[in-house]
Amino acid sequence: MTGTRTPRRWLDRLEGGFDLIFTPRHNPLNQLGALGWFFYWIVLVTGIYLYIFFDTGLRDAYESLERITHVQWFAGGVMRSLHRYASDALVLVMVVHVMREWVLGRFRGARWFAWVSGVPLLWFVYASGISGYWMVWDQLAQYIAIATTEWLDALPFFGEPIARNFLRDGTLSGRFFTLMVFIHIGVPLFLMFLMWVHIQRHMSPRVNPPRGLAVGILLVLVLLSLIKPALSQAPADLGVVPAVIGFDWFYLPAYPLLEKISGLSLWGILVFGSLFMLCFPWIGRIRRQPVAVVDLDNCNGCGRCVQDCPFSALTLEPRQDGLPFSHQVEVKSALCMSCGICAGACPTATPFRRSKALTPGIDMPHRPLQEILGQSVAATAVLTGEDRVLVYLCDAGPKLADVIADSGVAVVCLPCVAMLPPPFMDYLLSRDHVDGIFLAGCRQGDCHFRLGLEWTEQRIARERDPMLRRRVQRERIGHAWVGCAHDVQLQAQLADFRAGLPHRRGEPPAKGVAPESSEPVTEDAGHV
Amino acid sequence: MFRALRYSLQAAIALLFVALIGYFSDSPPYIYHDARMALVKLSFSHASQRAVECRRRSAEELAQLAPNMRIAMDCPRQRVVARVELYLDEKLLFAGDMPPGGIAGDGAGSVYQRFVVLPGRYLVTARLRDSARSEGFDYENSKLVELRSRQNFVVDFRAETGGFQFF
Ligand code: HEM
Ligand code: SF4
Ligand code: SF4
Repeated sequence: MTGTRTPRRWLDRLEGGFDLIFTPRHNPLNQLGALGWFFYWIVLVTGIYLYIFFDTGLRDAYESLERITHVQWFAGGVMRSLHRYASDALVLVMVVHVMREWVLGRFRGARWFAWVSGVPLLWFVYASGISGYWMVWDQLAQYIAIATTEWLDALPFFGEPIARNFLRDGTLSGRFFTLMVFIHIGVPLFLMFLMWVHIQRHMSPRVNPPRGLAVGILLVLVLLSLIKPALSQAPADLGVVPAVIGFDWFYLPAYPLLEKISGLSLWGILVFGSLFMLCFPWIGRIRRQPVAVVDLDNCNGCGRCVQDCPFSALTLEPRQDGLPFSHQVEVKSALCMSCGICAGACPTATPFRRSKALTPGIDMPHRPLQEILGQSVAATAVLTGEDRVLVYLCDAGPKLADVIADSGVAVVCLPCVAMLPPPFMDYLLSRDHVDGIFLAGCRQGDCHFRLGLEWTEQRIARERDPMLRRRVQRERIGHAWVGCAHDVQLQAQLADFRAGLPHRRGEPPAKGVAPESSEPVTEDAGHV
Repeated sequence: MFRALRYSLQAAIALLFVALIGYFSDSPPYIYHDARMALVKLSFSHASQRAVECRRRSAEELAQLAPNMRIAMDCPRQRVVARVELYLDEKLLFAGDMPPGGIAGDGAGSVYQRFVVLPGRYLVTARLRDSARSEGFDYENSKLVELRSRQNFVVDFRAETGGFQFF
């Protein structure tokens, strides 16, 4: 999917290790975006608290922060430290989040929107943090004020250099300071709006980390705040040049460059860097697969596919074709990632139907369900033994189709395991095509199509439509969510699953038990 | 994996995370300025004089102009490029041209320069030529100063108060 194979393997190893330590659900690397939101909320709440006790004004600002830090160290002091450290943590998780999405190639196709809307987030996060340090009006603030205004003066926008505002204490006006307070409140609020835009195209976006992880992280941040409270440096004095400055390297890494290259060059690097980043989704080899297609004759407008599409690519619209249903589904092709999860959700995607061909309400033109069913039946026809297993392998998951060489195992690939409608499993098991079905997908907690594993588990657990029928023995369905680099692990889990399969002997054949089971469509399509 | 081992690894990673944040939030310090040195900052904005003096139009010239453009005085807006020089004792610290601002070249020009200098006693002299003359200066001011290390010594200019100001 990307040209970043090696980093991808490293990332997979690292995440595998974190899965063992934290469990997949609490693995922070699966929660970077959600952690970004979490840190944002901490910064917002602590910021409101600080603002209550903060005095605007050149001398008052510094003094009020000293009071907050030292007089009420147990409350305001901790709040101030949390405000600083959560802001730093936001930068850290954001940078790792960007690198991760890049390594995993999750900026291509319809995902361009999240990527492109992410780039301005970088600017707004930095602007928020830098303007925050300004408010303290200590030596660091003095340096930032002078360096930033000198840097802005490199642009041909200002008649008189704005750095002149910070020439000496006599020229410094409190009004400029009020402007900074305004910026430090306005920019982060606008950031929140942009963060909201950023996740607009995601169905149930992950914006809250699991409680255990959130509590744990909050605790260690509080611990850090108590051990190393955030402090001001010496108060600003424009008559004295700040020499050795305590420096926040999360927010200010670009500033030292201003002593090496011209301000205009630094603007150039950052602006062109951002523009280049904006182009990422359209650079390089792009293979766009066909998008989902609706077959209105078979769609009853139930909306299950709409609820399951992870990329909000489906909408329910008023019925247009005269059939007696209130709604029909429509595909917004620009948003579709071709995962097939919608086909797996459709109640009409069942092999137990009277009609001749398997024609679901929604399907993937490049991998129609009819073809998948045909392949499944054909592949299982040659299996022998008491523990015949059909493995459904997701394209983004482990690569092992050629590793498995066993007369009892067949493999069929799918774009995502969640494309498999639960009635397929019922059908293959109840018609004795196989003894077990094994689903192999992405690493748990990190489905390439976001929600595929979750929906699959819920359908099998009979918590989500379309549910697996009760008559299917749960022990006959296994899974390994291990990701692309773990074929050994997958084989081990598959072996365990096969060893645990219950014996069939003496079981009544399911045929005739199921009320709706008439002639299955693919009994004659078995040759496909 | 054993539960205890997992929990200790979780704790180790969490502590590493906050250690990273705690450390890089203010360290290592950045050395912006050599603490043994002083800083001289030359900065001001000033509108220089017009490049061409205003001139009364002759009756002939006026007649050639469109009726609504017949203004007695001809004042081209363009200002001269001012010349600035700054000396510490006899040593030239800065000499440069200060072009007028604005698209029509009729606005104030600006200069903003920093110089790191050794502390000590200096005679600071600043000069500005802001007229069309080809030699000499319109303003010249000096001040004997004792620069301390880390001092931010400012050379500003204000025509209303007679020229350069030292802070
Ligand atoms: C304030 C900083 C940021 C926050 C809080 C944030 C948060 C999020 C969240 C919550 C998601 C949804 C995850 C999910 O539910 O699957 C997401 C997805 C994404 N983000 Fe960010 N993000 C930030 C910055 C960025 C930046 C700077 C970029 C890149 C330039 C970026 C690129 C992406 C991409 C490509 C996705 C889509 C991933 C997918 O479709 O699976 N994000 N982000
Ligand atoms: S293929 Fe995937 S992205 Fe496209 S409509 Fe179906 S569920 Fe949505
Ligand atoms: S799940 Fe199937 S029947 Fe229901 S709206 Fe979608 S396409 Fe139509």
